[in-house]
Amino acid sequence: MKKIMVGNHAVSWGVMLSRAEVVSAYPITPQTSIVEELSVLCADGKLKANFIPVESEHSAMACVIGAAAAGVRTFTATSSQGLALMHEMLHWASGSRLPIVMANVNRALGAPFNIWGEQSDSLSQRDTGWIQIYCESNQEVLDTVIQAFKIAEKVLLPVMVVLDAFVLSHTAEPVDIPDAHIVDQFLPAFKPEFKLDPQNPRSFACFLTPDFFMEFRYKMQRAMLESEAVCKEVDGQFGEIFGRGYGLVEAYRCEGADVVLMTAGAVTSTARVAVDALREKGRKVGLLKLRLFRPFPKEDILEVIRKVEKVAVLDRNLSLGLGGMFAHELRAALCNEKVRPRIYNYITGLGGRDTTLQILNDVVYQTYEQPEPPEQSIWVGMRG
Amino acid sequence: MYEPRELMHSGHLACAGCGATIAMRYTLKALGEQTVIAIPACCWSIINGPFPYTSIKVPLIHTAFETGASTASGIKAGLDARGDKETTVAAWVGDGGTFDIGIQALSGAAERNDDIIYFCYDNEAYMNTGIQRSSATPFATWTTTTPSNHPKSQPKKNMMEIMAAHRIPYAATCSVAFPDDMMAKIVKAKSIRGTKFIHIYSPCPTGWKSPSSLAIKVARLAVHSKIFPLYEVENGDHYNINIAPKNVPVEEYFRLQGRFSHLNEEQIRGIQETVDREWERLLKKALE
Repeated sequence: MKKIMVGNHAVSWGVMLSRAEVVSAYPITPQTSIVEELSVLCADGKLKANFIPVESEHSAMACVIGAAAAGVRTFTATSSQGLALMHEMLHWASGSRLPIVMANVNRALGAPFNIWGEQSDSLSQRDTGWIQIYCESNQEVLDTVIQAFKIAEKVLLPVMVVLDAFVLSHTAEPVDIPDAHIVDQFLPAFKPEFKLDPQNPRSFACFLTPDFFMEFRYKMQRAMLESEAVCKEVDGQFGEIFGRGYGLVEAYRCEGADVVLMTAGAVTSTARVAVDALREKGRKVGLLKLRLFRPFPKEDILEVIRKVEKVAVLDRNLSLGLGGMFAHELRAALCNEKVRPRIYNYITGLGGRDTTLQILNDVVYQTYEQPEPPEQSIWVGMRG
Repeated sequence: MYEPRELMHSGHLACAGCGATIAMRYTLKALGEQTVIAIPACCWSIINGPFPYTSIKVPLIHTAFETGASTASGIKAGLDARGDKETTVAAWVGDGGTFDIGIQALSGAAERNDDIIYFCYDNEAYMNTGIQRSSATPFATWTTTTPSNHPKSQPKKNMMEIMAAHRIPYAATCSVAFPDDMMAKIVKAKSIRGTKFIHIYSPCPTGWKSPSSLAIKVARLAVHSKIFPLYEVENGDHYNINIAPKNVPVEEYFRLQGRFSHLNEEQIRGIQETVDREWERLLKKALE
C-alpha cells in the first residue's frame, strides 16, 4: 500500500510496524509530528504501546532505558537541543547495551536560536556508542526504522535514525507501507537474554572497578565494529523481502569518475540531479551517498573511491576549529591508504540554508579547478 | 505481612552505622521479592557493591543521577507491556537525587501519577561525594561546602509539601528508628496505584560526625524533638501524624552530632522556635 506521508509520519509508521512496546518522548520542533502521530496510533489501538509523555528529553531517554532493561522494544525521537540534553543518557543507553531505537530530526544547535536543518546535532553525538544511519527519502526513513530495531537487538547497541529537518520531516512523499505480517516475519518479537525480572534477579549497569572497565569497553568496541556487517546483512535481508535495499553506502554514477561528491541525508537527492546534469555535459562526476556513519564503513567507501582523483565532501555540519565532520572522518579513515583520493571539504546548508543545484555545481567546478585541496574547508552558498 | 527472609546480603560496602543500609533492609522486607529497583547515583550505587557482586536479592538497574523517577517510570511501563502488572517498581534515591538534581523527573512522574514507589533516603547532604550541602541539609548545618564559620544559611527544603502539592495518592515520612511504622507505610504504599513518595530519615554517622553506635538514637531523637515528624499525606490533603513526639528539646538531638557543634545557645533557641512553629503548622493540617 502506498501512502503520501511526511518524513516524520514515516518514522511513526515504521515504529508502528516494528511493534514498539514503550514509547517515551518530549516535543521539540521539528520532531513533534513523530510523537503526535505515535500518540494517535497508540490511542487508536493501531500500536499497542505504552506511551509516556515525559517532562524532558533527558527523562525520555531514561524512561526508555528503564523499559528496555525490563525487556521490551522501545523508541524515542528528538532533535537538536533535545538530543544535546539527552547526551548523558545516550552514553548510559549504549553502556547498558540496550537496543533502543531513536529518530533524530537534524536541526541546528543554538545559540543563536535556529530550528532548521543541520547535521551538527547528531554528529556531535558521534562518540556516545550509538549506531547512526542517515536517510535520503521518506521511504528510506520508514524502512530504516524497521531495520534499526533488528540491528540494535542483534548487536545490543542503540541505533539513531537520522532525517533532515523540514526537507524530509515536513515534506510529503509517496511511501510504500510494507505489510505488517511480513514485517513481523522480518522483525520477530524482542526476546532479550537479560532483563529486569524478579524470577531471575540481576543487576544492570553496576559500578565497575578498573579491574573490569576496559574489558567492558573492549566488548562494546567489538560489538560496534561487528555491527557494520550486521547492518549490511539486515539491509540485504530487507531488500530480498521488500525489494528495497540501500547499502551502507551507495555509489551513484561513479564509473570512471574523476570527481566524486560525498553526501549524507536529503541533499543526496539534489546531488543525484546535479550529477546527472554534469554527466550530460561530459563531466566524469559521481556521487557517494554515506548512509551508515557510525560505525564508519571504510571498506565500502574505499571500494567506490580508492582510484578516484578527488572527493568533494559536502558537510552540512561544523566542528568549530576543524571543519566538516564527514570530511574529517573520511580523511582519518583513509590516512594509511597508499592509493587514496584528495579530500576537498565544503561547508554548506548550515542552519537550514538551502543547498541548491547551483551550489553543487560550484562545488564540483571548484574541485576540478583546484589541483590541491586548501588547508581549510571551503564555505559555499554564503551571502555575497 | 513482611518477608521473613533477608532480601539483603551481608558484605555490602556501607560505612558502620549507615542508616541507608538499615532503610534498604526494612524496605525490602516490606516490599518482598516481587520488586524491581532503580538506583541513580547515590551512596547506594556504591553500597550495593561492584561488578560482579550485588547486595540485594531483587533485580536492580543503576542509572544516572537525575533519573531515579524517570527510569522507574520506564521500568513500570516495560513490565506492564510485558504483561506483568504485579511487580512493584521502586526508585531508591538519596536526598541530592531527590531534592536537587532529580526533582524535575520526580515531579514529572508524580504529575503523570506513574505507578511507582519513590523512596528518598535522606541523609541531609551529598554524603557519597564527601558531605557537601544539598537542599535537604538543615539550617545552620556544617558540611564541607558550608564550613562551621559559615554554616548553611537556608532551611531544609520541604519535600513532603512539594509532593503533597502534586496530589499524589500517598506520601509518608519514615525513620529507621521506627521500623514497624516504616514497614507498615511501605506495605500500604504497595497496595496503592499511582505515585507513592516515601521519605526516609537516614542517619549518616560519617557525615554527621556522630558515633556509629548512636545512629538509631539520633534518628529517634529527630522524631521526638519534632525535627523529623513521622506522618503521612493521602491525596495531598489528608494528613495523619503516626508517632506522637515526646517534645525533646532540639539541643539534645544536636549534642550527639559534630555537624552542629558550632551552634551557640542563641542559634539553638532560634532553631527550636522554627521547629515548634513548623510542628504547629503540621498539627493544624492533621487536625483539619
